Amino acid sequence: MHTLIEALRFVGNNGALPSDPAAPTLVHLTLQMVAICAVGIAISLAVGLPIGAWLGHLHRFSFAAINISNVGRALPSLAVLAIGDAILGLGLMVTEVALVILAAPIVLTNAYVGIAGVDPEIVDAARGMGMNGWRILWRVEVPLAIPLIFAGIRTAAVYVVATATIASLAGYNGGLGYIIADEQSYQLSGVLGAAFCVAGLALLVEGLLALVQRGLTPRGVRIEEHLRGEDEVEALAPVAAAAPL
Amino acid sequence: MIALAARGPVIPTTFGGSPSSYACERANRLFCPDWVSRNWSAVLWPALRQHIVLSVIAVAIGFAISFALALLAYRRRSVERPVILISGILYTIPSLALFEILVPFKPLGLSIRTAEVALVSYTLLILFRNIVTGLREVPDDVREAARGMGMTARQSLWRVELPLALPSIIAGVRIATVTVIALATVASYICDQGLGVPIFAAIQDGVFKTELIAAGGLAVALALFADGLLVLLQRALTPWARTRAR
Repeated sequence: MHTLIEALRFVGNNGALPSDPAAPTLVHLTLQMVAICAVGIAISLAVGLPIGAWLGHLHRFSFAAINISNVGRALPSLAVLAIGDAILGLGLMVTEVALVILAAPIVLTNAYVGIAGVDPEIVDAARGMGMNGWRILWRVEVPLAIPLIFAGIRTAAVYVVATATIASLAGYNGGLGYIIADEQSYQLSGVLGAAFCVAGLALLVEGLLALVQRGLTPRGVRIEEHLRGEDEVEALAPVAAAAPL
Repeated sequence: MIALAARGPVIPTTFGGSPSSYACERANRLFCPDWVSRNWSAVLWPALRQHIVLSVIAVAIGFAISFALALLAYRRRSVERPVILISGILYTIPSLALFEILVPFKPLGLSIRTAEVALVSYTLLILFRNIVTGLREVPDDVREAARGMGMTARQSLWRVELPLALPSIIAGVRIATVTVIALATVASYICDQGLGVPIFAAIQDGVFKTELIAAGGLAVALALFADGLLVLLQRALTPWARTRAR
């Protein structure tokens, strides 16, 4: 209990360390972490979304598209960071590479399953209306696949936050994991305070993306989900990629 | 503690396990097979064994709890939402943060128990959802047919509905197992067991590449092996599902 209060005091003090006035503040470390995660998520989305969406639209390479996330999920994040350290040395680059390797497959598979799973009759109707492939993808398939696409984005985003925290154990000197890795200086109360911040950040990211998803979901899809009783359950829990195989 | 800048690789002075003065390690090459064979029984195998034990216990306990909750939610829909909410929040909290948050609680502390508590909580969401979804997707007419044959609700559950829910359940076990194996590497930070131990040791005084590749590679191999094993188990237990076109 005492440690808990100390932890809250630590957070309130902006992570000030009495023994080392030059230590980075909590705000600084949090912003650093947000920056790292933002870059990681952005690259993962840039890689995963287009490939997954296009493959899903063409209904090609389904085995690869669905199983890449199985392999990606199986990779222990610390092991990927460790192997990256061995090959590329320590630092920010390795962290970002590892983040993309771990998060992009999730985005890709969910985008694939979402787009490929759109009711073929609707796609047929769109084709009958004279839309070409690009238009069908953009105006019909993507809006209908938003729930699954966003499930992938949310899972990937939370995963990136978690891995960025671990990255400090694997030799990267920054982000909130910096405090967690340095128990000697910061004591358990400091580590606990940083852990609370990390947890809060992850929940915040998840919540924000859930709101964005709700905003982007077309009204018709939202009504249908509400009738099926799925909207609140989906809003609360990140979905592990794809249907059970 | 671990205070490193992004400097170049430093040749470590200790190589873990038995001391040696061999050229391969001193050159810090990417992978020294001699080091692996010399340190297998002292460093790598105990870590692997501890890792497997950690993972199996976590998945077993997680399955037991999720199964009980799922059966409860199957009968009473009102249970479902709070369980998903709580397990969802636990799942979203990054593993390292959850481990550290659990450490101050007195009965736990820096031990395997803390690691297990956190690992179990990560399995709950996946297992619970998959078991409940699997049960719910049993077609109504099958349930009615079972009832028509004179089975009680309990008989119907164990003889008809659960077997039909098996693919979904095993898929959940598969995802949970792989997740736990991955997170157990991080758990080594607070409980000093598992494949994370050699990984952290290899980063202590400089990047000792062989140990990183060996331990990291073992973790990846273990996860993929467990995944493959469970796929085979799924195919073996559900012969009727194999004929369904995918």
